[in-house]
Amino acid sequence: MASYSTNEFKSGLKVILDNDPNVIIENEFVKPGKGQAFNRVKFRNLKTGRVIERTMKSGESLLAADVADRDMQYLYNDGERWHFMVSETFEQYEIDKIVVGESAKWLREQDTCVVTLWNELPLIVTPPNFVILKITDTDPGLKGDTSGGGGKPATLESGAVVRVPLFVQIGELIKVDTRTGDYVSRAKE
Amino acid sequence: MPRSNHWQPNATLESLKERAKFLAIIRDFFDSKGVLEVETPLLCSSAATDPYLKPISVFYSQSKYYLQTSPEFAMKRLLAAGSGPIYQICKAFREDEVGRLHNPEFTMLEWYRVGFDHHALMDEVEQLLLRVLEMPKAERLTYEEIFIKSININPHTASLDQVKQCARSHNIHLNSELMLQLTVDDWLDILMSHCIEPLLGFEAPVMVYDFPASKAALAKIRLENPPVAERFEVYVQGIELANGYHELTDPKLQQIRFEKDCEMRKKLGYAAIPIDDYLVAALEAGMPESSGVALGIDRLCMLKFKRKHIQEVIAFTTDRA
Repeated sequence: MASYSTNEFKSGLKVILDNDPNVIIENEFVKPGKGQAFNRVKFRNLKTGRVIERTMKSGESLLAADVADRDMQYLYNDGERWHFMVSETFEQYEIDKIVVGESAKWLREQDTCVVTLWNELPLIVTPPNFVILKITDTDPGLKGDTSGGGGKPATLESGAVVRVPLFVQIGELIKVDTRTGDYVSRAKE
Repeated sequence: MPRSNHWQPNATLESLKERAKFLAIIRDFFDSKGVLEVETPLLCSSAATDPYLKPISVFYSQSKYYLQTSPEFAMKRLLAAGSGPIYQICKAFREDEVGRLHNPEFTMLEWYRVGFDHHALMDEVEQLLLRVLEMPKAERLTYEEIFIKSININPHTASLDQVKQCARSHNIHLNSELMLQLTVDDWLDILMSHCIEPLLGFEAPVMVYDFPASKAALAKIRLENPPVAERFEVYVQGIELANGYHELTDPKLQQIRFEKDCEMRKKLGYAAIPIDDYLVAALEAGMPESSGVALGIDRLCMLKFKRKHIQEVIAFTTDRA
């Protein structure tokens, strides 16, 4: 297995720290005057998403983490497990709902997501940046206002709740930015 | 990326022009004070023995030589030969030092003042900084004062448990294997570089002086309780800019410090470095009482031109050299 020395650390590099896959966010070389050299490194744990800082002796190494992103189509879920498929190879993956986490609320069957795998084990499900979803519930009474100033909550077919302008109604399709959870526009299928 | 995409300089031509003007101002500063500009070899038969400096070795005439890590020894030999006050702007080389503030090949300004103690030399560093950076007069604090003021710990008396506790409370985490290897002295370096240094010198430059004797390097040790090394460092905007000493001139003590370094290198499993017997001989012949300081020119340029990364002030960093 390949390993990386602190001299090779840069943001985006994936390594094993405390037995978990981590991505390096920041690496700073610090050396006080005549003292020992250290690297202050910020890692994001790819399993938990937590960011930690660690001081390492310069020249120390960490094992490379075999982490890869794959495009997969979301098929369906049975409440506990979410089923995905790699379109080209038809390989299927069952992913626990804990791993899917918050991404679940943006997923519509057949949408393509990015699944991050570590030694073939799914770590993260990332929905597309923009999704088009149908509004299943919102207050119909508020009409006529087109300024978009205030807005109202709307529930989407995937379960997410987003703020939409007052003129948007039940049954309409809207485009949402999944990174921020913001309404972008009305959409056509 | 192919090499052909990296033929261009790291720094803009604009920065390089600013840098050239800046160097002229520094030379003018020393010329006007009658300090002689000198040049000494970059290619040397011995090197600094500091355990935590890694010199780059090369072969010349089938013998091992070193690219200097600083011009200190050769300049002291000039002092012993009667040069009087001298300064030098030169390249220095240190293996594995790469980062926002480090390039393995960097430019150093080093100068020596005969008859000055470290306080008199701090006065002169301050004059130079006033001349080149628009900052108010420097604040001076002892190593002890800065530790107590910043993180409430006394560096002379703190126990291993106390320094560890202090590091933990400042959110510094190391792996357990590394923790076991570190001494109080190592922890002081970590606390300095992680918690104190990044916050120093934003309103005015900060000069930290009178270091623990364990961090004397080649400074005189003043036998008080506790004994302190007559060494100082200068910080500006969280950057360590200069390191100076009231210089050790006793050849016997020099020989002992060299041997201590060599022992330490051996213990840590680092490559052995031959002791510079030219320096010991020069001290035996008699080096006048002096103070000397080394200042990083690249870092000074970063501060002057408000640049975040050292590569923005160097024409070609080592990865493009």
